Amino acid sequence: MTDKGKYQPLSYFQLMEVSLRELLVEKGILTEEEIAREVETMRGRGYERGTRVVARAWRDAAFKQRLMQNGTQACEALGLEIPGLKLLVVENTPEVHNAIVCTLCSCYPRVLLGIPPDWYKSRNYRSRMVREPREVLAEFGLVISEQTQIRVHDSSADMRYMVLPMRPAGTEGWSEERLAGLVNRDCLLGVAVPKGPND
Amino acid sequence: MGGLPAGPVDRSQHEYAEWERRVDAMCMLAGNKKLCSVDQRRRNIEALPPEVYDNTAYYEKWVVSLGESLIQRGVITTEELARKMAEVNERG
Amino acid sequence: MSEARFKPGERVKVLKAYPLGHVRTPFYIRGHTGTVERLCGVFPNPEELAQMRDGLPAQPLYRVRFFQKSIWPDYRGGAKDVLEVEIFQHWLEPA
Repeated sequence: MTDKGKYQPLSYFQLMEVSLRELLVEKGILTEEEIAREVETMRGRGYERGTRVVARAWRDAAFKQRLMQNGTQACEALGLEIPGLKLLVVENTPEVHNAIVCTLCSCYPRVLLGIPPDWYKSRNYRSRMVREPREVLAEFGLVISEQTQIRVHDSSADMRYMVLPMRPAGTEGWSEERLAGLVNRDCLLGVAVPKGPND
Repeated sequence: MGGLPAGPVDRSQHEYAEWERRVDAMCMLAGNKKLCSVDQRRRNIEALPPEVYDNTAYYEKWVVSLGESLIQRGVITTEELARKMAEVNERG
Repeated sequence: MSEARFKPGERVKVLKAYPLGHVRTPFYIRGHTGTVERLCGVFPNPEELAQMRDGLPAQPLYRVRFFQKSIWPDYRGGAKDVLEVEIFQHWLEPA
């Protein structure tokens, strides 16, 4: 008679996770509590703080200048906790469109924007984005005019990147919160642009 | 990896399993506590044979490279890991 | 810490070398010539950190800008399109 229960044996990798964790806890190197805390912190970290930074830059020219000069310091001045992040913000203009990739692994400003999306980590994105950015952006539904320069940033070392998109037209006088609502994670990576009320 | 021919970008997002989140957390904590460096973990991922690299998921690679890095550093030994994996496997 | 050799605007060539160990200079950029966009700062050498050494003295890290059409012979995008890559000083020489 077969057991028809829902028990699923652990995969090799799940077995390894449990084993590493138990060993580290037994040795007093990590605690279950701090692992759980870190899990919850990352679970709760979305990209919203990035949209706040963008909205602030759109409304405050002095902040924007500081942000472009030193992304980390500008974010810290906003009270954002970003330990260890070396943030470099790249600005979209009518002449320039920026996009971010990490061809070597999946470097991403995690501490600001959370865990990167699966597509950002994918082999196909990492391979093609440096070579045929326009084709990849078109797959994301974004067509950049031939006159606009595309700058692809490969996060190959210590800096972490975020795109400052252009502020959509028709948003004069909008609050920071309302402006932030126009920006999503894809805009912060350069595979989308925010849509305004006129779009 | 940059510049190699590849197919269309799959934009779907999978729901993270709790074990994947714990791997992520342990890697971050290991770095913070200087148990091993992110550079060491990256090197271990790069050292995976191509057929393993191509056929394992993101966090499967991360858990293996974390384990390798901790063994390289002497934080745990291969024997300890073997015994523990056998024990956990027995338990079910 | 090692002294910064290059300035923004300077033309630099990436070493065309394929050594062993862990390297953060992407394969596709080796041997190519670009322009220094900025000095990012000095950071411990990741090649050494990967080998469980401390990577000191910290090395200058630059962002270098390359024209896409100079890297990919079949590049079909805009003639002005560029790639910007972070490269450590020891992988760069004057062009």
